[in-house]
Parts: sequence; structure tokens; C-alpha cells
Amino acid sequence: MSLVEHSACELLELLAKGDATSVEITRAYLDRIEAHDKQIGAFLHVDADAALKQAAEVDRRRQAGEALGKLAGMPVAVKDLLCDRDAPTTCASQMLKAFRPPYDSTVVAKLKAADAVLIGRTNMDEFAMGGSTENSSFQLTRNPWDHDRVPGGSSGGAAACVAADMAPLSVGTDTGGSIRQPAGLCGVVGLKPTYGRVSRFGLVAFASSLDQVGPLARSTKDAALLLEVLAGHDPQDATSLDTEVPQYSTSIDRPLEGLRLGVVREHFAEGLDGEVETAVRDAIGVYQSLGATVKEISLPHSKYAVATYYVIAPSEASSNLARFDGVHYGHRTDRAALLEELAAERKQLEAAGDQAAIDALDSSLVRMYRKSRAEGFGSEVKRRIMLGAYALSAGYYDAYYLKALKVRRLIRQDFDAAFEEVDLIAGPVTAQPAFKIGEMADDPLAMYLVDLYTVSANLAGLPGISVPCGISSTGLPIGLQLQARPLAEETLLRGAHMFEQATDWSNGRPPAQKKLRLPANHANKRE
Amino acid sequence: MAITRADIEKVSLLARLQLTDAEVETLTSELGQIVAYVDQLSEVDTEGVAPMAHAVEVNNVFASDEVKASLPREQALANAPSHNERGYLVPPVLGG
Repeated sequence: MSLVEHSACELLELLAKGDATSVEITRAYLDRIEAHDKQIGAFLHVDADAALKQAAEVDRRRQAGEALGKLAGMPVAVKDLLCDRDAPTTCASQMLKAFRPPYDSTVVAKLKAADAVLIGRTNMDEFAMGGSTENSSFQLTRNPWDHDRVPGGSSGGAAACVAADMAPLSVGTDTGGSIRQPAGLCGVVGLKPTYGRVSRFGLVAFASSLDQVGPLARSTKDAALLLEVLAGHDPQDATSLDTEVPQYSTSIDRPLEGLRLGVVREHFAEGLDGEVETAVRDAIGVYQSLGATVKEISLPHSKYAVATYYVIAPSEASSNLARFDGVHYGHRTDRAALLEELAAERKQLEAAGDQAAIDALDSSLVRMYRKSRAEGFGSEVKRRIMLGAYALSAGYYDAYYLKALKVRRLIRQDFDAAFEEVDLIAGPVTAQPAFKIGEMADDPLAMYLVDLYTVSANLAGLPGISVPCGISSTGLPIGLQLQARPLAEETLLRGAHMFEQATDWSNGRPPAQKKLRLPANHANKRE
Repeated sequence: MAITRADIEKVSLLARLQLTDAEVETLTSELGQIVAYVDQLSEVDTEGVAPMAHAVEVNNVFASDEVKASLPREQALANAPSHNERGYLVPPVLGG
């Protein structure tokens, strides 16, 4: 068995026993990346020498008998929007192409303190805006299960690298489903913690009241281990919760007694793919066979979740992304061309005698902002900035932004009422398995509707997890989503682990898979 | 409410984005569709419902009032597209 086939927990055991070194493990993953990432495109930046150096240092300290962190010597991939002072942080945007953070995000600092080996920076939709990673301004990422299909997004690289055995653990972010959806489409485990569970300090903000950092891994236990490292109070993030972090990876083996599982009536409506519905219903059946009580519940405002989200998230984004002004950091337009353009416009307007237009002409500073941002941002980012600026502009604020904040509370109240009766809510992650690259490129609204089942957890601040629960007839993974009360990540992980233990889906050995047209790496892995 | 080209042009100034004619055209139609979709929020009865700005409402988070080192100037300027040893440089603000 090759080193890249082990779970992170197994690798840590091998390291502890001295049966493998971090250099060996890191090299095995770097070889994997070298061999497969040209096809997959999961990574934007891999510094093999730096990774091997970190690994060698951990090995040396282990040899010397020094105390080591929880992830000592373990390769971890990081989504390219968490600041790392030792690596580029581009957010997959031309705007930050040359940006080098002057400090570490708390999450990266925690990984370093846990002695993890930071193996590479993963691709994403630009500024985390999208559900397919097609909005990366640098490269496409392909779904390891079918190279013609998207890996999901925005943490597409984060999910694909785990699915293709190019990293055992990976850190993503989830603003409207950006961890759970790609995890579902790539057949891996992805967890979005409660809002405030993980610090957002040094995370390049998209929508500050919704963004949350979380783990992606091949198993729930590995995800639990990574969450343990990432979670915790941080005085540098005022929204971070000062609550104790349970030992998720220890408690995960205890099944939930008397589990009450909620099934949302509105989830099984028009638009849900038949095979996805069957896989999710079968998963609910598995819970019943494990002794869970299943109860149908209603989240009456869930049908407004996407509309609510697409007012709140772009509004916060338009405000957050105002910082990219071409002054402090990021792309700036060429000065000479800018001044020339303005002079030519002024001359033309003067010749036409249009005094009103001359008075309205941008100053050179305003034009510098506008051109720098026009050149630095891709089309989806511009669309969301425009949508948010519109929703926040005079005359529309009450009708859109304020209204959406009120509906948001109603969505949360639906969940609060549901969690009086059930411990976990089970349902689909997405209505369909992975779609084809380019399939939704011309229809932004259709793309937004992909977030139907995932955005509610962000609006309500709840934790949610995606675990593999089936394979479609086209050979694509299907995900099961579980959601829990705020701060109930422990229940969520224990519940997800019960399902994983009772089925074959998560360990990647479904019988149907052998017949599929899979990339070489997957064929290798399953033997 | 229908979105017009004039709305898009006005918002593009507020958002500090320079748009091409083609982008104004596309965004007028796309934002029109998206706004028509989010208009369904108007049918929800929100009488007496307090807006919810954050999912987990944490109040009164205070930091201790002490002087701490901040980012050194040199590092703060390192990523700037144009700067001298003291600050950021921008095109002329007046008379430009």
C-alpha cells in the first residue's frame, strides 16, 4: 500500500511508531502532485523544497525527542485565500497575483503551530465567488472522477486534491456551500463549522457574516482531527466564539444513542435528481437501521434562502472588496495610459462643448480606482460587486438588504424550531451530481440556484457536513448533507461517522466504481 | 423593478468599476434577472421581525486597552504598486 492511500490518522500512527518519516510521506504526496496535477489542476502553488524542508525539520525534532504538534509531519493543502507569510495568497485573482501577505492568518498559524507540512495552495473561484472553480482567473480544476466535469466550488481545488490523493487533509472556506458542495461533487468529506467556531483573521473576506473556514478529508475522523486544530477562540476575530473545543477525533467513535433525524419536506421537491433522491433516502434508511428515529420536518422559509443569500452575500462582498483600490496592495492600472485616456476624453468633450459631461468626468484618482478594479477583477466578481452596490444604494436598501436580514432571522427561527424536535437534519448537498465544465457559464442565476441546499446553514450560522452516500449511474459521487445546532459539531461528526462506518461510500470502495472510466489515480487507489 | 442601463452606469461609479459598453449591456440584463428573482422576498411577511446581521450574535467584545506593536511601515508598504519610503503614491487628486 502506497503512503498516499492511508488516512491522515493512519499516517500519524506510522509517524509516531517510526514506520514512516514525514519526508517520505511528503515526498509521496509531492510525487503524486507531480504525476497528476497537470490533469487535475487542483494546486496554484506548490513549493516542494519548502515542504520537504518543513518535513525534515519535523523528522529531526521527532528524532531528538522534542514535543510535537497534533499534525506533526502531516501534509495539509490550504485554499489560496488564507494568508500565509511564506506563500503567495492570490484568491485566484489577477488583482492579487503578486500579493505576499505580511502576516499569517490564524488558521495558517495554527497549522504551523501543529507542525503540519503546508504542501500547497489550492485553486478556487476568484475571491470564493462561484460553485465550480471555473471563475479562477488562473486555471480550471477538473473533477478527478470525470475530467470533463467541474469539481464544484468555490473550494474546488481543496476538494479535488483530496479526492485525487494529492493531499490527505485540506483547508477550505464555506460562505454559501463552498466546502460542502465541492466535497459532495468530489466524493470526499467536507465540514462547515458553526459561524465563529474557526477564526477568520487573515482570511480574505468575501461575506464576513457568512464566511467560515473548515476541513476537507477522505474520512470523518480525519476531518475531525483537522477541525480540532483549526477551531478555537481568537481575540483577533471579534466574531470568534469563546467556547471550549471538544476532542472531536476522540469522541467520534461513539455512536449517537437515540438519534432523532429530521428530514426536510421542502428538500424533496421539483428539481432534485432522481438518483440523488434515492441515494439520500437510502442513507436515511441506513440511519433507521442503526436505530435512529426519522421525523419529517418543515423549514417553511427555506425556499427564500437563495434569494436572501444573493442579497446579503453580494452586499457584504461589495463592501469588503472596496479595499482593492490599487493603492495599498493589488493590481494598479498603468499610469501613463490612464492619464492619456482621461486627457483624450476631456478634449473630445471640450470640442463638443458638453460642460455637464466635463464636470462629471472622473478625477484621475477615481479613474485609477475604476480601471485598476476593472482590470483586476473577473466577470463574476464584478457582477457580485455590482449587485451588492445596487442592493445597498439609496432607495433600495430597505427593499433588499434590510428585508433580506429580516428573512434571514425567519430562516434561523425555522431551524431553531426544528432542532427542538430533532438532533440532526439529513438531506442532499446538491440537486445533481457534478455538471460539465462550461455547462452553466452563460447563466449566472442557474449557477446561483446550485446553492439551494447549502446556503441556509450559512445564513443561520449552523454547522453542516457533506459525506459520500452514493454513486450515480454516470459514475459520479453523491453527497449526503447533515446539519446540526450551532456549536454541535461533535454531534454532527459522530452522526456522520455512524453512517460512514455502516456503508462503503466514504472509504472509496463502492463496487460500481471498478467499471467506471476513472482517472488512473483512482483506478490505482482502489486496488 | 426593471434595471436600466442608467442604473448600471450609476452603480458602476459607486462601485468604482469602469465597465465597457458590452459589460453594461450584459449586466443590465443579468442583474435584471437576478433582481427579479430576489424580488420574491417582498412576499414574506416580516412585520415585527428584527434584522439579523450575524448568525451568532455576540455583543460587547472588548479588546484590552494597551499599546501593541503594529505592522512595520516597510512591511505595510511592501505590496503597494507605488510608494516611497514614507507612504503610498497615487495620481493627482486635484486638478487632474
